[in-house]
Amino acid sequence: MSDVAAEVRDLRMRYGATEVLDGIDFEIRTGEVVALLGPNGAGKTTTIEILEGFRARSAGQVTVLGTDPAHGGEQWRARLGVVLQSWRDHAKWRVRELLYHLGTYYARYATAEIPRPWDTAELIELVGLTAQADRRIGYLSGGQRRRLDVAIGIVGRPELLFLDEPTAGFDPMARREFHELVHRLTDREQATVLLTTHDLAEAEKLADRVLILAGGKIVADGSPDELALRLSAQAEVRWTVDGQRHVHPTDEATSFTRQLFAQHGAAVQDLEVRRPNLEDTYMALVREYEQ
Amino acid sequence: MTGVREMNGLRIVRLGIARGGIELRQTFTYWPDLFQYMFPAVSQLVVLFLMRGHHVPGTTFSLGSLTLPSVIGMSFAFGGLLGVVGLLAVDREDGVLLRAKATPSGMTAYVIGKITLISATALSGLVLTLAVGLIAFPGVTVSAGGIATLIWVAVLGLLATIPLGITLGSLIPNPRFIPLVLLPFGGITAISGIFYPITHLPGWLQGIGQVFPMYWLGLGMRAALLPSHLAAVEIGGSWRLPYVFLALALWSVLGLATAPPVLRRMAQHESGSKVAARHERAMLRRA
Repeated sequence: MSDVAAEVRDLRMRYGATEVLDGIDFEIRTGEVVALLGPNGAGKTTTIEILEGFRARSAGQVTVLGTDPAHGGEQWRARLGVVLQSWRDHAKWRVRELLYHLGTYYARYATAEIPRPWDTAELIELVGLTAQADRRIGYLSGGQRRRLDVAIGIVGRPELLFLDEPTAGFDPMARREFHELVHRLTDREQATVLLTTHDLAEAEKLADRVLILAGGKIVADGSPDELALRLSAQAEVRWTVDGQRHVHPTDEATSFTRQLFAQHGAAVQDLEVRRPNLEDTYMALVREYEQ
Repeated sequence: MTGVREMNGLRIVRLGIARGGIELRQTFTYWPDLFQYMFPAVSQLVVLFLMRGHHVPGTTFSLGSLTLPSVIGMSFAFGGLLGVVGLLAVDREDGVLLRAKATPSGMTAYVIGKITLISATALSGLVLTLAVGLIAFPGVTVSAGGIATLIWVAVLGLLATIPLGITLGSLIPNPRFIPLVLLPFGGITAISGIFYPITHLPGWLQGIGQVFPMYWLGLGMRAALLPSHLAAVEIGGSWRLPYVFLALALWSVLGLATAPPVLRRMAQHESGSKVAARHERAMLRRA
């Protein structure tokens, strides 16, 4: 297996006169969980749908598992897993029935390294639906339904799994359960995942690497820690000398304060070093690029 | 290589039939669905039963018995065409089609599954109506030759209507457009000689009626299930079986030629955001 699962070069998407994606570049390495983070309308879903092969692009090169998604055949399709925002399909089917049936489509694509499909009972247990296995899908709760969607997404043991806004509309409990499920998947199965979200906390929690998409461009790319460091580099130092209030933004908060004390000594009062949190910075970044 | 491809084709057909089988079982074990399928057949039988006392003009033959085979033919057209249009529209809105698209060979298996489901429900309706007809409707008979005619008319009828249904179902944007297909269907039924001999209509209406497969389905079923002297009330005083074959075969060719590209085009445009947007609009309408 190649160590790059997906590669995107200068991807552009226009709808009429509107440029939704203005030349984006990124890659997903095998085994990596990548979050595509951005505000609503930033082009996250467009990007993921182009990679899934569900949408034709305007320009640029895209390779997913070694194939251009615009020309991906059934063999290629069998190596992908897709979980969308709002599935309502197969409401009359039972959980076990549907997972078993959809699994049979993948049996032909089993390889020595990747047995396909996933054993139905094992898969149901993995997503925590054992108690609902014989229930009609239409009667599942929202959170159960989404866990079933993940089970369907991975029934063929995909080499790359797409999760589009997986927790949109979730309550905190369902969100937490879902995050635990994704962790189980990525820890135990070493799945390669591309997920989109507009929730920074979710991206931080799930992803090895976060791509921030704003104004049709990737404006930041790095691990959550790197991003926190890089984006929050500018700290604000506030202090008072002789009753006079000062504010100074700086990249080097530590050496700046040392200098401050060297110069004014005990006259420095009410010292405050404030580092904007990742969320503040993300918001500022998005605002800047959206204009 | 051809062998491998044939094996794969067979595998997809099996997947599709399995899919259709599961949905058939769901239909027959879920009473609202069962009701939806059975209600028209049962109510038609009741109406026809009440019509037994009336006679075909110029004969002593029961109008109810004459109409029963025509109604079987009409049910095939309804089930094959409107049934598929409805299933396709609902499945598209619910994301079943997108799911099929996201699964290897899923679209082909989906279509085979729908054909299996619709054929099986149409044939079980046929068996039910026919069983009641043979018992309760004097004059309705099946000879050996009649059974042969019944089988080929039924098979060709499904071929003439299901692909056409797939084409129409792919062309309408959502389930709220189904009445747009339903209305002309009612009009076509009225001029297809289902409830009254077509020979009693003005010539130009007879001409239009003979364009559509419903007339030929009704005629074929009458030919299979009624005594031969009743052909006298038909156009040309004959069952015109070669024409039945020709007309249904032509509609089959038309449907089979248009359905795959139209369906493929529709499926190509399905994506998660489309299904979500459609869902949102549907919710707004319901609110």
